[in-house]
Amino acid sequence: MALVELRDLTKRYQTEAEIISVLEDVDLNIEAGEYLSLMGPSGSGKSTLLNLMAGLDQPDSGTITIDGSEITSLGPNRLADWRANHIGFVFQFYNLLPVLTAFQNVELPLLLTNLSKDERRERVEVALNVVNLSDRMEHYPRQLSGGQEQRVGIARAIVSDPVMILADEPTGDLDAASAEEILTLLERLHSEFNKTVLMVTHDQHAAERAHRKMYLEKGVLHQ
Amino acid sequence: MKIPILYNLRSLRARPTATLTTALGMALVVAVFIGMMALSLGFQAALVETGSTENILVLRRGADSELSSGINRDVANAIAALPFVAKDASGKPLISPETFVVVGLERRSGGMANVVIRGVSPEAFDVRTGIRITEGRTFRPGSGEIIVGETLVTRVPNTEIGESLRFAGRDWEVVGHFEAGGSSFESEVWGENELFMPVFRGQVFQTVALRMEDPSAFEGVAETLEADPRLAVDAHLEREFYANQGTLLGDILRFLAVFIAGVMAIGAVFGAVNTMYSAVDSRAPEIGVLLALGFKPRSVMASFVVESMLIALLGGLIGCLIALPINGLVTSTTNWNSFSEVAFAFRVTPTLLVAGIVFALVMGVIGGFLPARRAARRPVVEALREVGS
Ligand SMILES: Nc1ncnc2c1ncn2[C@@H]1O[C@H](COP(=O)(O)OP(=O)(O)O)[C@@H](O)[C@H]1O
Ligand SMILES: [Mg+2]
Repeated sequence: MALVELRDLTKRYQTEAEIISVLEDVDLNIEAGEYLSLMGPSGSGKSTLLNLMAGLDQPDSGTITIDGSEITSLGPNRLADWRANHIGFVFQFYNLLPVLTAFQNVELPLLLTNLSKDERRERVEVALNVVNLSDRMEHYPRQLSGGQEQRVGIARAIVSDPVMILADEPTGDLDAASAEEILTLLERLHSEFNKTVLMVTHDQHAAERAHRKMYLEKGVLHQ
Repeated sequence: MKIPILYNLRSLRARPTATLTTALGMALVVAVFIGMMALSLGFQAALVETGSTENILVLRRGADSELSSGINRDVANAIAALPFVAKDASGKPLISPETFVVVGLERRSGGMANVVIRGVSPEAFDVRTGIRITEGRTFRPGSGEIIVGETLVTRVPNTEIGESLRFAGRDWEVVGHFEAGGSSFESEVWGENELFMPVFRGQVFQTVALRMEDPSAFEGVAETLEADPRLAVDAHLEREFYANQGTLLGDILRFLAVFIAGVMAIGAVFGAVNTMYSAVDSRAPEIGVLLALGFKPRSVMASFVVESMLIALLGGLIGCLIALPINGLVTSTTNWNSFSEVAFAFRVTPTLLVAGIVFALVMGVIGGFLPARRAARRPVVEALREVGS
């Protein structure tokens, strides 16, 4: 059984004028340890697909089975627990809490575990070390560059050792050099730490670096 | 608390103006609440402390106040001879047959005050053990001297030692001041009962105060007194008698405290609701992230309720600080039972301060509830989408 199995996944939005069909019977298998990229025009439903896989949104029909759990049938609390244990999400705009330091931001997901304060500290330090920000632990997001903020975001996504990393345009708001750093980092998560990584991107060059490319257009997923 | 309280503290600090104005609104409510409760507490304490649990106050049967009571000399003598009356070292019964009148005296601040003039026996100071001469000396029997309660001295002129106070058609020389533990005795003028009796209400006392030999035997003693057909009296435990005089007004003051503070609290709660709604709205992306990371909606809800409570806690503390200086401030009101003026001090007790903080926290919870629920119910995707827009 694949790590991720999407079956007949359909998502529509009802607006005043019309029903927008964002995803139309999407099927997808992802094996553990794969590194995939997802491209597609703006508004094609890439974020929607990622959100569905992260259990942040509900499909209109179809099933999402990840690591053995069919998540569309979970209630909001079970889903929250599942998310905390399985998914590391990387956002385009980093989404760090501005009032917390880099350390505290990365520690957040661990507050949902039973780890002691010392164990948490150790894990956070490891994660920040992976993203090469050990010297910025006590900095607040506003004291960091965009690239550094995104690295904190990645540290937060990996700190609880999730099954899968979902990254929604992680370089979309960064200059070329910072973007390169982030792409290298995601690649390392895959190659060094054996993480399953799915990255949405607009950037052809970035997409090329993944081992499997997918393309979403008009609600249809091309693999 | 899954979401660290630090997050709330720092978020509050990040918008100091909103936090402070909201907290100040609550502080005002808490200060008013504490102030009015302190008034009620002070008033009741003054009356409670007036009476002792070891004393019996004897009134004419059916009389409900000292003013309306009357006890003849032979009845007073009969009571003095009863066995359960405590005796002093020389064997004298500790009993004080007392005259009680209320006279109008001019206030220092203008206007008239109704003041209790109490005639007591020389043993009264052994019956009422809480009375202490603070200045001068006590009156000599047969001399036309009086002593004045401390709080009355500050309110009524001609009460300094050596001065003469005029009432009942003659001058009385002030020879001493006394305190009585903040009780309503401190609002009275005391002199000798035998001298006051003829000038006021004829050959009759109003009440008899006596010390019991065995305070635990009150029930039996009261029964014996009330059952004696020669006496025709009611016996009250002194503490209860005076405490009851304060119940009605105390209750009204407490009701007013809760009512007025309650009405004001509605405004303060709306302030909190407003502040928290804008906090929740402006922090939609943060809420989205917390939910996306796996924090449960109820944790998010709790977090925002806690944030509102933190504002309230700040408000409560400020409110306590505002109210604290009134502690000990002396004011006066009319004792509706004797129509005399009772001076007493506001009492801001630790319990009252805690009650004020709890009041604030309740406002915080109520004010934070709806905004917090909005935060928790926000669909994650929608909350996240507001980033960068
Ligand atoms: N809540 C919504 N209501 C209506 N339409 C929506 C809503 N959310 C997303 N959409 C629409 O769904 C489509 C896919 O959005 P999205 O997944 O964000 O696209 P992408 O990430 O590929 O740019 C867009 O056309 C968008 O306008
Ligand atoms: Mg998108």
